Amino acid sequence: MTVGSTRPVAATADGWGWRHAGRPGFAVRGVDLHIEPGERVLLLGASGSGKSTLLSALAGVLGDAEEGEQEGRILLDGEPPAARRGRAGLVLQDPDSQIVLARVGDEVAFGAENLSVPPPEIWRRVRESLDDVGLDVPLDRSTSALSGGQKQRLALAAVLAMRPGLLLLDEPTANLDPQGVTEVRDAVVRTLDRTNATLVVVEHRVAVWADVVDRVVVLGAGGGILADGPPAAVLGDPATRSVLAAAGVWIPGWRPPLAEAPGTRTPGPELLAARGLSVARTRRGPAVLEGVGLSLPEGSALSIVGANGSGKSTLALTLAGLLRARAGTVAAADTLARGAGADPARWKSAQLVQRIGSVFQDPEHQFLTGTVVQELEFGPRSARIPAAEYGPRVEALAERLRLTHLLHANPFTLSGGEKRRLSVATVLATRPAVLVLDEPTFGQDAGTWAELVGLLRGLVAEGRSVVSVTHDDDFTRALGGGILEVRAGSARPTAAA
Amino acid sequence: MSADLSAPVLSGAVLLRANPLSKLFAAGIVTVAVMLSIDWVSAAVVLSGELLLMPLLGISARRLLLRIWPLVAAAAVGGYGTALLAEKTGRVLLDAGPFLFTEGSVGAGIAVALRGLAVALPGIFLMISTDPTDLADALGQKLRLPHRFVLSALAAMRLAGLLLDQWRTLGLARHARGAGPDGSPLARVRDFLGQSFGLLVQAIRRATRLAVAMEARGFGAGPRTWARESTFSAVDLWVAAAGAALAAAAVTAAVAAGTWNLLLT
Repeated sequence: MTVGSTRPVAATADGWGWRHAGRPGFAVRGVDLHIEPGERVLLLGASGSGKSTLLSALAGVLGDAEEGEQEGRILLDGEPPAARRGRAGLVLQDPDSQIVLARVGDEVAFGAENLSVPPPEIWRRVRESLDDVGLDVPLDRSTSALSGGQKQRLALAAVLAMRPGLLLLDEPTANLDPQGVTEVRDAVVRTLDRTNATLVVVEHRVAVWADVVDRVVVLGAGGGILADGPPAAVLGDPATRSVLAAAGVWIPGWRPPLAEAPGTRTPGPELLAARGLSVARTRRGPAVLEGVGLSLPEGSALSIVGANGSGKSTLALTLAGLLRARAGTVAAADTLARGAGADPARWKSAQLVQRIGSVFQDPEHQFLTGTVVQELEFGPRSARIPAAEYGPRVEALAERLRLTHLLHANPFTLSGGEKRRLSVATVLATRPAVLVLDEPTFGQDAGTWAELVGLLRGLVAEGRSVVSVTHDDDFTRALGGGILEVRAGSARPTAAA
Repeated sequence: MSADLSAPVLSGAVLLRANPLSKLFAAGIVTVAVMLSIDWVSAAVVLSGELLLMPLLGISARRLLLRIWPLVAAAAVGGYGTALLAEKTGRVLLDAGPFLFTEGSVGAGIAVALRGLAVALPGIFLMISTDPTDLADALGQKLRLPHRFVLSALAAMRLAGLLLDQWRTLGLARHARGAGPDGSPLARVRDFLGQSFGLLVQAIRRATRLAVAMEARGFGAGPRTWARESTFSAVDLWVAAAGAALAAAAVTAAVAAGTWNLLLT
């Protein structure tokens, strides 16, 4: 094999299955699949059906017998993936956990270096790959200074410099804003058109990829392959559609049904207000937004929208009493403060959790204990609510958010959707009147999405105030209420949805 | 914004152009010379040499001080403690009950403070004038250290730079969950330990994911090439010579002044 050949790779799974070490059941099994060189495949399935595991196996990073037990085989061009090092390139979901080096150019060169490509050739490839993904930044730009969409395109370029014949993408756009999604998708298409590489992409937002791929494969939840064929046929088949819908896959032309109707309640008296507010991420850092004014009445919803890096999250953290205002005020009405003082940033933790609840973008940041039930009881305990009172409340929450069967599981071992549900439930356990959520629907499947919207609508109808930082237009529409658009260092309200 | 530890703070300065290995050599030999003896002459010579060489760093005295003030403070405290507790020889300078300072004890205190600074500065200079990526390149190519080790350490260092951001986010997230640092000192300590554990969990998870990403990009098996060639130039000769000269000057001056006090004997 010549170094750097871009010949597309054929991939075969032959009665393949994998059981992670220490788990009783197989994560995936009975997969029979042949992918022709140059084919573009969208891989779908319920969460937990083993899509990512299959992708890791194709990339040759699933590990050896110590990490798990393999059944059947996986072959790239007739050989095990480990023997075809560099022929498959994998891009993962989280932009931050796959960057190795500090500078853009070095990052792209890294894979080619590992394949022993001669240095002059490496730099040729670095420029070519950055060009392919449309990332026009200096080679010595710091990799931490890039936006999410840029980081994912960097990850793609870093893989392309290895000249892979098989491109494996594991939910590459799940954590990106709409602009980032388009950037990354277009970069992938451009690259494939030039290199003719084979593509396998896992993604539950089907619409992003449906027009790009020429084959859709659906893994069954209980193993094997449920459907396999051209996108129109697979996604048009009513039986497959209903299975996919039940599995929480976002199918084009379908939206998850919502249990509760949108809140029709007229907003009540004001709970929290911001006037002339400037916000900054750190005490000494620059202010990212200035002159923000807003009012949150009882029984209302507000969506804060705007591009990545515009300061939405910082504004939300400040409204939630977690960061101090740089200038101006955040003031809680007496009904919210209940004697704790008007400035939420001065409240003690135990006071805060009973008044304003915050749900962070990454649920893992908020997990503090070893089991789901301890996690749910943590807030009420630190607020010194008697067990007789929080016991039934926690039980009801677990029931409502389908966590009852997981009460004794470790929060870190839950699936993405379960983690999100738990992070919302933990905050609700102390009954705050104001709820602030940062990108609650990022990377969520349709099932969890519908559940969240239903739950939040219910809270608004009860008279609570819900503030969400979001890129998700469907979510904003479904939740209703006001929209605050953050742009160019300031924020202005746009028409209520 | 994250404080990225893996990016040097300056550009275009002479020392930034030097190969990290020559800087490592210079810093090493100077440090050894100061460590060998407890006396104020060798420490003072090294310290003045270091301060004279500071312009080569291309960093203003103010910015340097902002970075190293904790060290200066530590050196001052160490010197004060020594002056207070060291053997009381020579003329009495101050006698206020338990606070007795003599010429001998103050001299020992100054020596300890100067020595602390003189030992710390070469490392600081090395750090602010060296890009860790260049250091890894030099260690891998010139010293032929195993690339698995060198590059893993480099990746780990980048992650360490991101920990500050993570720590901040974790602090906010804990406060939001009701685990903020209010209440008694004991509760604060418990909270700090809890947050540290949280940070550790996050760091391990992140490192695990990064290891998979690195493996997926062909890292760790077989020989590799280096895209950035690590080279030596005339600057490196000067850097190494300056380090050796400073070390020699310090030892010579101390011996000549009769203050040389070899630790090992």
